[in-house]
Amino acid sequence: MAATLETVEQVRALDKYKYGFVTDIESETAPKGLSEDIVRFISAKKQEPEWLLAWRLKAYRHWLTMPEPTWSKVRFPPIDYQDSYYYSAPKSPDDAPKSLDEVDPKLLETYEKLGIPLSEQKVLAGVAVDAVFDSVSVATTFKKNLEDVGVIFCPISEAVKNHPELVKKYLGSVVPYGDNKHACLNSAVFTDGSFVYIPKGVRCPMELSTYFRINAQNTGQFERTLIIADEGSYVSYLEGCTAPMRDENQLHAAVVELITLDDAEIKYSTVQNWYPGDENGKGGIYNFVTKRGACRGRNSKISWTQVETGSAITWKYPSCILQGDNSVGEFYSIAITNNHQQADTGTKMIHLGKNTRSRIIAKGISAGHSDSTYRGLVRIGARAEGARNFTQCDSLLVGDKCGAHTVPYIESKNRKAIVEHEATTSRISEDQLFYCRQRGLSQEDAVALVVNGFCREVLQQLPMEFAVEAQKLVGISLEGSVG
Amino acid sequence: MSTESFTEHPFVDHWGALRDALPGQDLPWLSRLRESALERFAECGLPTPRQESWKYTSLRPIEKIGFGVDGAPRACISIDRAPSLLPTASDHHRLVFVDGHYRADLSTPGELPDGAELTTLREMLTRDPDWVEAQLGSAALERGQPLLALNTAMMMNGFVLRLAKGTVLHEPVEVVHLGGAGDRPLAYHPRNLAILEEGSQATLIEHHTHLGMTERGEQPYYTNSGTEVVLAKGAVLHHYKLQAEAPNAFHTATVHADVAADALYDAFGMSTGAQLSRNEIAVRLAGAGANCHLNGAYLLRGDQHCDNTTRIDHLVPDTACSEIFKGVIDDQARAVFQGKITVHRDAQHTNGHQLSKVLLLSDKAEIDAKPELEIYADDVVCSHGATAGDLDHDALFYLRARGIPETAARAMLIEAFLAESVHNIAAQGLCPALMSSIGHWLADRRGDF
Amino acid sequence: MLEIKNLHATVDGKEILKGIDLKIEAGEIHAIMGPNGSGKSTLSYALTGREGYVITEGEVLFKGRNLMDMDPEERAGEGVFLAFQYPVEIPGVPNTTFLKEALNSVRRYRGEGELDAMQFVKLVREKTKLLHMNDDMLKRAVNVGFSGGEKKRNEALQMALLEPSLAILDETDSGLDIDALKTVADAVNLLRKPDNALLIITHYQRLLDYIVPDHVHVLAQGRIQRSGGKELALELEKNGYAAFTAGAAA
Repeated sequence: MAATLETVEQVRALDKYKYGFVTDIESETAPKGLSEDIVRFISAKKQEPEWLLAWRLKAYRHWLTMPEPTWSKVRFPPIDYQDSYYYSAPKSPDDAPKSLDEVDPKLLETYEKLGIPLSEQKVLAGVAVDAVFDSVSVATTFKKNLEDVGVIFCPISEAVKNHPELVKKYLGSVVPYGDNKHACLNSAVFTDGSFVYIPKGVRCPMELSTYFRINAQNTGQFERTLIIADEGSYVSYLEGCTAPMRDENQLHAAVVELITLDDAEIKYSTVQNWYPGDENGKGGIYNFVTKRGACRGRNSKISWTQVETGSAITWKYPSCILQGDNSVGEFYSIAITNNHQQADTGTKMIHLGKNTRSRIIAKGISAGHSDSTYRGLVRIGARAEGARNFTQCDSLLVGDKCGAHTVPYIESKNRKAIVEHEATTSRISEDQLFYCRQRGLSQEDAVALVVNGFCREVLQQLPMEFAVEAQKLVGISLEGSVG
Repeated sequence: MSTESFTEHPFVDHWGALRDALPGQDLPWLSRLRESALERFAECGLPTPRQESWKYTSLRPIEKIGFGVDGAPRACISIDRAPSLLPTASDHHRLVFVDGHYRADLSTPGELPDGAELTTLREMLTRDPDWVEAQLGSAALERGQPLLALNTAMMMNGFVLRLAKGTVLHEPVEVVHLGGAGDRPLAYHPRNLAILEEGSQATLIEHHTHLGMTERGEQPYYTNSGTEVVLAKGAVLHHYKLQAEAPNAFHTATVHADVAADALYDAFGMSTGAQLSRNEIAVRLAGAGANCHLNGAYLLRGDQHCDNTTRIDHLVPDTACSEIFKGVIDDQARAVFQGKITVHRDAQHTNGHQLSKVLLLSDKAEIDAKPELEIYADDVVCSHGATAGDLDHDALFYLRARGIPETAARAMLIEAFLAESVHNIAAQGLCPALMSSIGHWLADRRGDF
Repeated sequence: MLEIKNLHATVDGKEILKGIDLKIEAGEIHAIMGPNGSGKSTLSYALTGREGYVITEGEVLFKGRNLMDMDPEERAGEGVFLAFQYPVEIPGVPNTTFLKEALNSVRRYRGEGELDAMQFVKLVREKTKLLHMNDDMLKRAVNVGFSGGEKKRNEALQMALLEPSLAILDETDSGLDIDALKTVADAVNLLRKPDNALLIITHYQRLLDYIVPDHVHVLAQGRIQRSGGKELALELEKNGYAAFTAGAAA
């Protein structure tokens, strides 16, 4: 709770978009545009085995035939896929740095501005960071500590080299390359991302964290994350995203695949603060992300928590396929849109196994001229006896030019399953704002306070240090929305 | 006067056989209306699950059967009296249609107060074609609704209820549709108008059922109705419907209701019949103080498929809606509930509440629900909820602990679950009939719950 | 301390206050009594700057400064405190968070240093002890699920922390049984200082048994119809407001 106490002070200290700066690092960049040659270039750059190149090419060819998904509420001009760079790696002498001392100091400075805990002292905070700068992982800390317990935490390109059997077995097994247009593109051109393997019975000793950041101009970011929690293991994974200010729209099409085996648990938390565009809707990231977890094992659990405040357009539905009996899926979400942002986000809970349980808590806040949509699917299969779902979606409107929408799909084929869905929409209460102001809070502080209260159930799910940042973001994101 | 058989283009091929039998052929505007509607239908054909609003309902079975049309009533089938949902003693106003054709011999419109008209579309096209032209708003309504376009092209008859300013109809209007008289699969497209001018009030009961001549092997039939409701300032329409079509019948109904300031559209629909049915209701709340209640109940078994799709548009400030649909699904039956509430920009002070509750009674029963809120104004209070599951185990245990056998206890709880909806309707005279159809459904239920 | 001159205010275009004159000095307790709909709550909202309460004429000086030019939070900073008739629930915001935000906002406004978490906790403990309150109320969300009495005690706690120079108690007795009323009144009395003032807005006389006013004013038809000492309250209790409403209507 100390976190909330500081929110207002910290909000005050921050600029409109405090992460809007560009680091000048010489990039080694592939030519603009997308073609089989580019796919081959990426694969060759990463010295990938033949099977992976073949998979990429299969995805690329399939991608050419796929239509853009149109069912969501988000609207944007057609993307010119030939107008982007698909490979951009920060240039470092020789190979990847062995320790932080070898990392380009400018890069570290960037991380410092972002407030990423990248230094050794952060061991105390229990954080290991796999930082993705544009596309390539440049520093991985605490590898040693993790190695001691057998946890593999490395860039996925490294995993391809060192743990090909795991990558081959699980890559694309939750999100097949043909799943949707954006995931398909990612499969063809993904450049980096994190790979995590938690061996049987291991409780990962620290929270794992990756910070993504799009830096170079016109660079799409296509990271791919694969996390496998073997029987009886546990891991908490944090993902933060931010990108500098640009006039152009940039595409970010990531794929995250999670797999839990018997009795394993993955907790995946995201704070997404990509550049949202300016107050007139110019620029900003297109955040088209496919995240899905498979609870393959009995009694396994996958929990997604997301705080989505950035991006011009957010299109993501972190989902759980509850295959194992008694497995549990959770989705906790805060989506804040302001100015001209659009968010279409939610989850899918697919109940296949017996006594599977899912819980969805989604809080949407719309301000300015923005539109926010919760879109979710709860499907109870015929075999999912004793399955339970509870869904609560609440929308809060700040101002009369924005929109808030709730589109749940509920499909139940089992009498011994119970599905409950509730949704409400209301506006930020004048009574609450006046009450706060009568006690001395400014209008903006009052809004931040009330909205943080509205989101509390979700904020509580975040690991402590993420919660602090998320609370700050809530305030920042809504600046200028009232009064 | 009868028909070609089914070919590649469902219904469109009927046109040649049907056109000469349709009413209002001397009216050029109507011919144009029908032809352009037919064109629109021919363009898109029957809706398919590829369309978002038909995601969960497929009309393939209708296409497969290949319904024909019938331009004129068949040699009079003798019927003594059509069934009624109201007590026999009641002297309400009754219109009866058999296979979509009006049967004056069975109808008792009764005496109507001044300012009230209750007649058929065919009659109205003769009596006051200009008025009908002004009321048929179909072209604008049909966008994205091929079934209504089909209805417009082929509408043969239907009821017309017209109330002048301030007219209050004290006795309910009952419209009975009897299907299944044909000797082969037939489709009918009834088109109805309920136009209530300022401050007028009426209660309208639609009863869709069948002749039940199973001894000669009742043919499947398909009712595709279209109803336009216009409520002027302060008008009140209570609109009830019992859909108890034959078990092998098909039923699709499209209702458009325009509700002006301070008017109330209060609808309740119960579905127990038909192999496949869909009720699609679109309400536009277009004046301050406009209000609508869209409630429904359904009981399904066997292979039945029942779809309730509603759309409520709050267009101006200070409007309200409430919507509760309750369903009981048995065997491998499947229900669909899609409810969309849209609060348009500036439609402040909207109150909108929607709820879908379903009991699944068998391991193969299925519910697909999509309650949807689309909101563009901030000073609103809107909510929706959806639940699906078995009976409340605590309640069941409580009853059994008091000595009530499980089967009886379950029946009691199911009845109570639906009774709540039925007893909330304003036309109390209708309750016994609705409750008894629930009772029959429960009694017919095979085996244990 | 507070000087209201010929105050006219409208709500939704309707004139509710039709020329109020009132002067309150430091150390005084004033009670405004009146029938329902007389403009009592409008006066409290007009003084605290609630949106929708439009001042059309007149002025309000607080310690010599024009109150009407200030935002609600500035008025709070100046030392005007409103104990709400219906304290607002704010789901998800813990009471402590709210209290600390409020206290530090006001302290910033007054040029006093902000309190850190430790100092704040110490201060709150002191005040809850003083008011015989349960710490449990601090952890719960602001007013959510509070009983009527708890809500009013929470208002008293906020008053204790923010140390206003003028506290307006708007129908503080509504929804309270006699024991709760007494507890709240005791709290208010405990917080009294020679340099602050109280404005009690009430329909009934009973609260005035516990917080004894120096001056009583009758508000009806948007105007102060009569002023007097505490005996006026007893007279009203006996005879009702009919004399004022009927008289003004005629």
